[in-house]
Amino acid sequence: MTDSRIEISFTLNRRPVTLRVDPRSRLLDLLRYDLGLPGTKEGCGEGECGACTVHLDGVPVNSCLVPAWQVRDRAVLTIEDTAEAAVERMLDAGTTQCGACTPGVVMTARWLEANPRLLERFSARHLMAGNLCRCTGYDGIIDGIEIPVPDREEA
Amino acid sequence: MQRIEGVSKLVGRERYVDDLDLGEHLWGATVRSPVPRGRVTDLRFSAEVDWSEFTIVVHTDVPGDNTVFLLEADQPVLVAEEIRHIHEPIVLLAHPSRDAVRRAAKQVDVGVDPADPYFDFRAAPTAGQLQRGDDNVLKRLEINKGDVGAALAAAAHVVEGVYETGAQEHVYLETQGMVAWVEDGVVCIKGSMQCPYYVAKAAERALGLDREHLRVMHAPTGGGFGGKEEFPSIIAIHTALLAMKSGQTVKMIYERTEDMAATTKRHPSRVRHRTGLDGDGCLLAQDIEVILDGGAYQTLSPVVLSRAIIHAAGPYTCDNVRIVGKAMLTNSVPYGAFRGFGAPQSQFANERHMDVVAGRLSLDPVEFRRRNLIKDGDCTATGQVIDDGTDRVGVMELALARADYFDRRAEHRNFNAQHAYLRRGLGLATFFHGAGFTGAGEVHLASRVMVAGLPDGRVEVLTSSTEMGQGSRTVLTQIAAQRLGYAPVDIVIVDPDTHRVPDSGPTVASRTSMVVGRILDDACAALRQRLGDAELRGDALRAAIAAWHRENPGGRLSAEASYRPPPGVQWDEENYRGEAYGAFAWAAYVAEVEVDLRTYTVRCIGFRAVQEIGRVLNETLARGQIQGGVVQGIGWALLEECMLHEGAMVNNQLTNYVIPTSADVPPIDVIFLENPYEEGALGAKGIGELPLDGPAPALANAVADALGVEPNVIPMTPERMMDLIEGTATHD
Amino acid sequence: MRVDLATSFEEALRIKAERSDVVPVAGGTDLLVHWPDAHALQERDWLDLSALTELSHIHFEPDTVVLGALATYWDVIQDQRFRALPLLPAAAATVGSLQIQTRGTWAGNIANASPAADGVPALMVYDAEVQLASTSGRRSVPLADFYHGYKQLEARPEELIESIRVPLRPHDFENFTKVGSRAAQAITKVGMAVAHSAAGWRIVANSMAPTVRRCRTLERLVESGGTVDSPDGLLSAIRADVNPIDDIRSTAAYRERVFSRLLYQTLLPACSSFS
Ligand SMILES: Cc1cc2nc3c(=O)[nH]c(=O)nc-3n(C[C@H](O)[C@H](O)[C@H](O)COP(=O)(O)OP(=O)(O)OC[C@H]3O[C@@H](n4cnc5c(N)ncnc54)[C@H](O)[C@@H]3O)c2cc1C
Ligand code: FES
Ligand code: FES
Repeated sequence: MTDSRIEISFTLNRRPVTLRVDPRSRLLDLLRYDLGLPGTKEGCGEGECGACTVHLDGVPVNSCLVPAWQVRDRAVLTIEDTAEAAVERMLDAGTTQCGACTPGVVMTARWLEANPRLLERFSARHLMAGNLCRCTGYDGIIDGIEIPVPDREEA
Repeated sequence: MQRIEGVSKLVGRERYVDDLDLGEHLWGATVRSPVPRGRVTDLRFSAEVDWSEFTIVVHTDVPGDNTVFLLEADQPVLVAEEIRHIHEPIVLLAHPSRDAVRRAAKQVDVGVDPADPYFDFRAAPTAGQLQRGDDNVLKRLEINKGDVGAALAAAAHVVEGVYETGAQEHVYLETQGMVAWVEDGVVCIKGSMQCPYYVAKAAERALGLDREHLRVMHAPTGGGFGGKEEFPSIIAIHTALLAMKSGQTVKMIYERTEDMAATTKRHPSRVRHRTGLDGDGCLLAQDIEVILDGGAYQTLSPVVLSRAIIHAAGPYTCDNVRIVGKAMLTNSVPYGAFRGFGAPQSQFANERHMDVVAGRLSLDPVEFRRRNLIKDGDCTATGQVIDDGTDRVGVMELALARADYFDRRAEHRNFNAQHAYLRRGLGLATFFHGAGFTGAGEVHLASRVMVAGLPDGRVEVLTSSTEMGQGSRTVLTQIAAQRLGYAPVDIVIVDPDTHRVPDSGPTVASRTSMVVGRILDDACAALRQRLGDAELRGDALRAAIAAWHRENPGGRLSAEASYRPPPGVQWDEENYRGEAYGAFAWAAYVAEVEVDLRTYTVRCIGFRAVQEIGRVLNETLARGQIQGGVVQGIGWALLEECMLHEGAMVNNQLTNYVIPTSADVPPIDVIFLENPYEEGALGAKGIGELPLDGPAPALANAVADALGVEPNVIPMTPERMMDLIEGTATHD
Repeated sequence: MRVDLATSFEEALRIKAERSDVVPVAGGTDLLVHWPDAHALQERDWLDLSALTELSHIHFEPDTVVLGALATYWDVIQDQRFRALPLLPAAAATVGSLQIQTRGTWAGNIANASPAADGVPALMVYDAEVQLASTSGRRSVPLADFYHGYKQLEARPEELIESIRVPLRPHDFENFTKVGSRAAQAITKVGMAVAHSAAGWRIVANSMAPTVRRCRTLERLVESGGTVDSPDGLLSAIRADVNPIDDIRSTAAYRERVFSRLLYQTLLPACSSFS
């Protein structure tokens, strides 16, 4: 095989990194197997389950569908960036059971919490539909999302 | 109490099998059979691959018996000659590169001499399709009570019905995965599993090892639902074979597509009912036949069949009952354990049938149930007298009240008369679920639990019960903490490891809180006994433990307890008579649906789940179990269809096998009624499986209410609904 | 596998002219599915477009909206100006999930040429045009004429999509309907986009034929004011326009019947010839 590795630099969890990646590597593989961040999970490898959700330049994406070299010069935020205090409400709501979907769920939920005005147009159940969970039946997930009352004036 | 490992899961720190840092290791892959039935003639390894880089394992490399032992030694670890289903494992490969091993697996061609496969378990096999006895019946069971023939002959009304359910895929979010290595002559296996001792027993036999030379460890498990009850034995043995042959650490993680195609599913079923009633609409006779598709090997089908027939007549009083059950051997990928274990299938049929019966008698389904629900002093189909004091009609009335049932139905009538294409309806299901193993199962298991006082005064709990999301770690902590007067942080749950923990039985059948929890209770008492004071609690106990260690430096202060059968439980395995379960949980679910006549789509728009489960040990966990189970049941009833071709799933992708998303289901209203069960830990009965039994019949009954049709086959996909509503026949 | 990380669209066009078999990649939401097993694709050479900021614009001109080839569904959902073309955000919100909408591009949806595409019918019903570019020049092709057959595009091997131009016209009727196998994150089993403007009726069907297709027979039927008194009254026109199939997701019979019912119920309030 004559594949050449590609050197890329990007921001990972607020810190710069530079490394050489296999051109076949997905962002998911890069995080899990090369960068030692296995918090991001693979549930399907086809963009359906959302277990691999990370933030890319501030928006949730499925890292199983991102070629690793596409994150060059971009910012990636993973579940490892999550503070324990940020999940207290989820702990009480029963957001996690087996935990396999949980890192993805938390990443999407954190983004909704940071963008509450989306909930004026879409329901939380609609916005969370890209995160499949087979354990909770979703009530625990929806109840775990801290939704500040949106400021209607600004809208 | 909060889930113990909750924070770790929420911030991504929990390490599942694929997350373990193994250093240098090999990746395993499986070459599988391309046909459902036949004989292997040859294996052709493509010349394009440098096979010297690979570890290759075939059936002759299996050092012990070539069998995945469970109930019967019928399933090979690797096919030697006879193929019984598509995707059956034949060759194992390992290589340092995951990509290389995956590609190489496609470069092994399996030559076969095909034979005539048998798929439709509802039709008798032809001579050429016979593979077991003269009828391919894997297991036959029967329950008889009273005289069904005479009662039917004397009945004022006889109502018949046929009900079918499809296969269901577990879709645990973490696929099957295992790692294995050899350390100081001990073969070590670690991975995603429900039952470490099942894996150990099967692996010992296949690998030809004794208990000392085989160690099985549980890794945090990303969902099981029964799918990690018996199947992990296979992947564990495979991974261990590769590790033994290569001398290296080997990891095997199934891709989602492989997992869906090649692993077990819920048994498809067909149930026939003939029911006799008197002039008042009271049940006189229930004549029931249950057939399950067992798939190509036995796995746990006999036990699934057993639970299916015991639940087949539902929670009703009826003096004459005959239930005949059969599990068929076919050439489909083996069906296996799935949350509910046969009871969802047989109670779908029964609860749907009860509405059909009520309809034929022009009785309201609620009134019909009021007349027939089992009362204290009456007995079940197996002759088990029910006298637990639960008000079963009250459970139903509460569910109806929560759903505002009668007013809503009236509103729906108006709505349906006016809307151009939407129709709404409400459906009820009343059902039960026996907690723990059937009959004498627990006695045979003879489960054990150990506790140990640590030098710092904390107490360790050693069980083989695994955490797979259902909260067993948390509940066992709670039980021990409560019994010992400890704070939860002072209880240490030891990770299940067959070299450390005793066999407390498998983590199945909703038995962990109720049965294992109860043994843990006894073990805690035994620990205090050992310290000479049965009343020791809290700080006094801590002090006593610490003092013991000062007196016995380096000693181990442990105490063990084993299963004690509740008094008076008699089960006749031969004749299926007696106390099938120590206790039943009782429930009534109400589903509300909206059907779109343009698209024939059924949506669940409301759901109430009321259940009596003994005592609720942890409200958040218990509610989560019910909500998750209900949504799995909604999926099974409305969306999830395994498209089978030659006995294997061909829609083996999450895009094409659709499970509910958050947008597909309403909030699930959960209400618990508590009637403590004396023999369960702190009064608990099991709850894990119960919620799978009710949603499908409640939804089908709601669709019937909305449209006046009889949806007796699930899943109620739009294509199937179109045929039902329009009388077309486009979908099988 | 070799990857070219283009730094300008002109460079990308040069690469595509030299090696027309390179695989251009934008959001990757089609190309990366089941990637570990996509061995054939892994043998190919790739051309990354994702960093070409000159393709990520959305311009509102007086009578046209221009979507750069990197414009995503999410860009459209968020942008209030699309109230003028409401079927675009409506369709975008039904594509996959949030995580797909943030990455998937309209151009990728067009180039991927799936018969089940949801972005394409919404664009087609507004008479969108595809701007193609190569080193030898630019040209514009009506989206309705862009597909010749299953996955057969009116684009030369050396061409890339540069942008999509959507006319801004006032519409007095607009509807987008998607029937999937579940309420969200579902592939379309039956879909349609319907609109009426001074340019006349437009009816577009997806998952009903080998390509997303404009249904000209149905359009003429509606335009002509021929009476339709039931969904079945649309069947002969539907059969002239599309030919649904049985596949793993649904059946031809279901698709045809549901399409007729949806279209009938959709047009009933808008057309006096429907009763
Ligand atoms: C889980 C999931 C759900 C989905 N749900 C839906 C859905 O509901 N509805 C729907 O319509 N789609 C759906 N999709 C498909 C997909 O998201 C869309 O087709 C998307 O618009 C593709 O855009 P992309 O940028 O990701 O394309 P890519 O994957 O990058 O490319 C797709 C194709 O377009 C070509 N291409 C990309 N850009 C250009 C260009 N500028 N010029 C020429 N060729 C180009 C590529 O070579 C490739 O052939 C889904 C996908 C997934 C994984
Ligand atoms: S693993 Fe990426 S969406 Fe499932
Ligand atoms: S917690 Fe198990 S899949 Fe969501």
